[in-house]
Amino acid sequence: MTAPALTPASAFDCRVAFAETLIELAKVDERIVAVCNDSVGSSNLVGFQKLFPERVVNVGIAEQNMVGVAAGLANAGFIPFACGAGPFLTGRALEQIKVDVAYNGYPVVLCGMSPGMAYGELGPTHHSIEDLSWLRAIDGLAVVVPADPAQTTAAVRWAAASATPCYIRVGRTKVPAVTPERAAAFAFGRADVLRQGADVSLAATGAMVSRALAAADALAERGCSARVINVSTIKPLDEATIIAAARETGAIVTIEEAAIEGGLGAAIAEVVVRNAPVPMRILGVTGFAPTGTAQYLFDYFGLNCDGIVAAALDLKKR
Amino acid sequence: MSLSPAITAKAGLAPPLPTTIGADERAQSLKAQATLIRRSVVEMIGRAGLGHIGGDFSVSDILTTLFFSVLRVDPTAPNSPLRDRFILSKGHCAAALYSTLAMRGFFAVAELKTFLAPLSPLNGHPNRRKTPGVEANTGPLGHGLPIGVGAAIGAKLAKADWRTFVVLGDGELQEGSNWEAAMCAGHRGLDNLVAVIDRNRLQQGARTEDTNRLEPLGDRWRAFGWDVVTCDGHDHAALYEAFTAAHPGKPRCVIANTIKGKGVSFIEDRVEWHHKVPTAEQVELAFKELV
Repeated sequence: MTAPALTPASAFDCRVAFAETLIELAKVDERIVAVCNDSVGSSNLVGFQKLFPERVVNVGIAEQNMVGVAAGLANAGFIPFACGAGPFLTGRALEQIKVDVAYNGYPVVLCGMSPGMAYGELGPTHHSIEDLSWLRAIDGLAVVVPADPAQTTAAVRWAAASATPCYIRVGRTKVPAVTPERAAAFAFGRADVLRQGADVSLAATGAMVSRALAAADALAERGCSARVINVSTIKPLDEATIIAAARETGAIVTIEEAAIEGGLGAAIAEVVVRNAPVPMRILGVTGFAPTGTAQYLFDYFGLNCDGIVAAALDLKKR
Repeated sequence: MSLSPAITAKAGLAPPLPTTIGADERAQSLKAQATLIRRSVVEMIGRAGLGHIGGDFSVSDILTTLFFSVLRVDPTAPNSPLRDRFILSKGHCAAALYSTLAMRGFFAVAELKTFLAPLSPLNGHPNRRKTPGVEANTGPLGHGLPIGVGAAIGAKLAKADWRTFVVLGDGELQEGSNWEAAMCAGHRGLDNLVAVIDRNRLQQGARTEDTNRLEPLGDRWRAFGWDVVTCDGHDHAALYEAFTAAHPGKPRCVIANTIKGKGVSFIEDRVEWHHKVPTAEQVELAFKELV
């Protein structure tokens, strides 16, 4: 079976929705500022900078200072969006995220740009696959992974209004829209059941959600009814939706563009094992990636339709 | 558990010692206040059986000068938007900070007795969410200055005239994040920011210059675009001048030359007193010297 095309011409780079929303918010709220690490371009802040040159605090290539400065701006009454490539923002400045933002309780919006394996060929130094694991362990820090532009827009609006320390992954991997138009695109702390199913649950996050939907189609052809859950808030996790999925489908496959140790799969397993133990498969990145485009690496790690289908069928065989 | 308020805290942003009094009178008053803070520190650490007495003593005159004659902060409204910001980057000297805050009226002096007791808001490192007057939770070194730089940028953006003061240990300057922040503040010419270096020349394990040399310290800050003033960190008049004189177009770095353990002869300038705890007998001896 070959994976259906997942990057049609209409697919979206979530950074565009992020940048447009930030500009809209900044027009009506003077407290909105962007802090970045020489990443005006890669964080899509060019338009923001043109409109609000003073409100872009570019500290240069200095992530520790970037996060500390963002905390200080929050202390001064601003709503800082600290933007940097996921690996450097969360890896280099991890202690600042823990102490300056989360432990202090300063409402900084940490924006992990181009997370996961978006930087493909640039290699594991530039991949942000550990962010979900290490940030999830930090008390009081919300972890949000929007799956498409509509979710990105809604999540950025929520973050600006929330007065909560939070981390948002802002994807550059092109994704199709997965959010039903009728629904609110994003509600903090809520996992969305995008498709009902009774035999297995596919819980995915970010760029993996569209792949889970494709896999559900493929599974339906084989007579397996798969529920698809978009987990856009990794922390705090929507435990009720996860427990219901475990009880009602009896098996869960998790799919994330992240290391399998400690991310979405682990978060779900923690809930499942306490409340409704069922067999699980955790699909994600299983080591430092070899050279390859992001799309190549998704296939390499089985983060595609075939991989998800195989995991689901294997689970149901047990 | 939360701290009970001070009974006699005075409202308003003005420091207790007005700018109009004479320099000698100010210095005398600050000296007496600093002695009270050191006595409180000895008592707290003796009771708790834990603490960082050497650094508490070296920074006491700096804290006293700031809180009693310079900082525009209101203990009855600790989050007043127009307050000056004070960040103790060397958060392990929490006992000195807590004593200063209590005596300045942020909470009841009697609460100092709970220092390090189970569930006390007065943790071994300051927590702004539990202790009024604390601006930033610090502890791991190299965090205070970046936060202070962000606050100072915020004041500039808001066109507000409040100032930001950050007190750093000297050993702490071995952390690279300070120099990221120093470069940023110099580049931006943050003349509403003052970094105070408690230059006691000792770090936890040895002398700074034997561990990872800091000198030429003033030249290093100057090279990063700062206005540098060096003074005796136990001379209240000199500290007052360094904290209040204008430094247009540049952030100011005050290198306050201090003695670790200042005020008690058997603690002064001894590396082991970084976090050694005085015995009951030593507490009494210290009280005799701190008058």
